Amino acid sequence: MTDAAATTHEPGPVVKPSPAEGGTHHDHPSELEYVKIAAILAFITAAEVTVYYVKALKGVLAPILIVFSLIKFTMVVLWFMHLRFDSRLFRRLFVTGLGLATFVFTAVLTTFHVWTR
Amino acid sequence: MTETITATSGSHSEVEPGHPPTATGLSNEKVGMWAFLGSECLLFGALISTYLLFKGQSKPGTIVPKDVFDIPYTSVSSFVLLMSSLTMVLALAAIQRGDHRRTRVWILTTALLGASFVAGQCYEFTTFVREGMNLRVNLFGSSFFVLTGFHGAHVTIGVLMLLSLYSMSLRGKLPESKAETVELVGLYWHFVDIVWIVIFTLVYLIP
Repeated sequence: MTDAAATTHEPGPVVKPSPAEGGTHHDHPSELEYVKIAAILAFITAAEVTVYYVKALKGVLAPILIVFSLIKFTMVVLWFMHLRFDSRLFRRLFVTGLGLATFVFTAVLTTFHVWTR
Repeated sequence: MTETITATSGSHSEVEPGHPPTATGLSNEKVGMWAFLGSECLLFGALISTYLLFKGQSKPGTIVPKDVFDIPYTSVSSFVLLMSSLTMVLALAAIQRGDHRRTRVWILTTALLGASFVAGQCYEFTTFVREGMNLRVNLFGSSFFVLTGFHGAHVTIGVLMLLSLYSMSLRGKLPESKAETVELVGLYWHFVDIVWIVIFTLVYLIP
């Protein structure tokens, strides 16, 4: 394969993304790293349930739980789904769908005054 | 057969063997799966926002979440599904290094954990129905069952895909070169898990 073909947008062989294209130097985390991520996720889940039962935190329960779930969501997407180590195109595809859903349905809920009930 | 290509930035990329040429230089199947997952965000976004829209709007005197939800029970279900994501990614790691026995162990474990989750949901739903909550009783009932029902259906489809992978591996039809097949099923499975992370928080935990 010549440099000329690599610099055009013609169809070519499938390549793994290089670091400059959004990939990373290592392909995948080790099994131990996956177990550590799972342990963190389990800990956050336990924290969520604990916070649910703490009466003193009732006023800030919703923001705390939303932050916890965002952390878990991001960790699963970045590490387990390998979005952190893969091509930026995959990230763009997923974030476009996620962003569109968030925007559209936030707009719908705002239209129906859900936040000010 | 591999070869090194010098990309426009001057860095090096490695060609994946066995793939036909693609316009993006990436696997079409993987691009398709990510696009599909992006669209699934819209599906579950619609269902979740419908639940939030109807939250607290049910006819007074009819059944409400605090009457039926068993948070400790659902927490255990959530933990089971979370751990199935771990076993799924371990299955992928195993097939990528060519350990087929471990791949089968982790795939089967993931399927069993997923099936346990679905069984737990079925038990939970039958309990709710016995307590007077069903699809038609009020807005809470209909939006809850549609949302969690769709999620449960996705998990069930995921379990069937995992069992198919297990069967393929047993018959020797899942070599190391087809690790991407496991990765694609894994992406779907992790998505199902992250949807549950959102549902558990917004539906069960936030009052």
